[in-house]
Amino acid sequence: MSFRTPLSQARGLGSAKHGVGHWVSERVAAIALVPLVLWAVYSVLVLAPLDYYAAAAWVSDPLNATLTILTIAISFMHMQSGVRVIIEDYIYSHFNKAAALLLNLFVSGLAGALAVMSILKVALGGA
Amino acid sequence: MVQLRLPKNSRVTGGKHHPAPAGSGKTKTFKIYRYDPDSGQNPRWDTYDVDPTQCGPMILDILIHIKSTVDPTLTFRRSCREGICGSCAMVIDGRNALACLQGHDDCKGDKISIGPLPHMPVVKDLVPDLTLFYAQYASIEPWLHTETPEPRTEWKQSPKDREKLDGLYECILCACCSTSCPSYWWNQEKYLGPAALLHAYRWIIDSRDEATGARLDELEDPFKLYRCHTIMNCAQVCPKGLNPAKAIAEIKIMLVDRVV
Repeated sequence: MSFRTPLSQARGLGSAKHGVGHWVSERVAAIALVPLVLWAVYSVLVLAPLDYYAAAAWVSDPLNATLTILTIAISFMHMQSGVRVIIEDYIYSHFNKAAALLLNLFVSGLAGALAVMSILKVALGGA
Repeated sequence: MVQLRLPKNSRVTGGKHHPAPAGSGKTKTFKIYRYDPDSGQNPRWDTYDVDPTQCGPMILDILIHIKSTVDPTLTFRRSCREGICGSCAMVIDGRNALACLQGHDDCKGDKISIGPLPHMPVVKDLVPDLTLFYAQYASIEPWLHTETPEPRTEWKQSPKDREKLDGLYECILCACCSTSCPSYWWNQEKYLGPAALLHAYRWIIDSRDEATGARLDELEDPFKLYRCHTIMNCAQVCPKGLNPAKAIAEIKIMLVDRVV
């Protein structure tokens, strides 16, 4: 039983005065991913018939390497951003929410960094 | 986590059946949610067979007919019976609507379910507790904010600026939209909901208002505004044909306009 007035409940902790940045970045990433994913589909078709050395040579081309890294990095950022919204929607307890948000951030960060590192390794001739 | 099942004492059980009196014509069955907090019992679905030729064409006419002739304990809100007061909002045939504007002929089949607005505490039968909903409306300060000394006559507005309020001022706060919104179901303590946000936008674009920036400041919040995921249920169910989702999108665009 709470004697807080309804208006006090509706106002809650007040406005966080942020949110537009997250909203814009989610949309910018989505727009960027349209050409990048089309390019990724094209590059898979190009890579499919190649053997290992030809494929590694293709990845070491600066443009191909850059676009591959951008596709991977932006995809993981976009995923992290989207999953964050889902967690905020459905998980209420402070502890669970904080744990889920951290897990989302760390898993996306780790997976994205590993992917970028792998591409760099091939692109820079370490294969 | 989000609660997917109702708590034990809120689960709805089968209820009484009230057959139509002998000699009735073709009947339709109305399955109505009944809950009496004083009884200590779970809510139940009562069914009423009604010959619709015995009353008017709207669901509200059916409810009044049942209350007057079959079961005086049936409780619901109603006032104007013409879609202006917004009192008789309820779930009819699985969709939020005003009972006074919803014809029983427009519902498919001969069995029509009627329940209180979803995901709100129930006071009794078809009466939901809308306290928080009204408080959220109050929290957006739905009145003109000005600092300029009041003019001797009226605050002037051009016809073109007045037109911007069309599609917004008609809202009757029936709560059909907010209670149809999944985001509002899951986060109604923090998300303002489509009705309050439509009204917020109504004051944000009012050419006479001088607090546009402060109003936008108050809304820029991951929960108060950005829980809207453009699900569009609000626009689907609005009995006045308004589009709260569009108003919310306009607010989001204005917030972007401030930063780019």
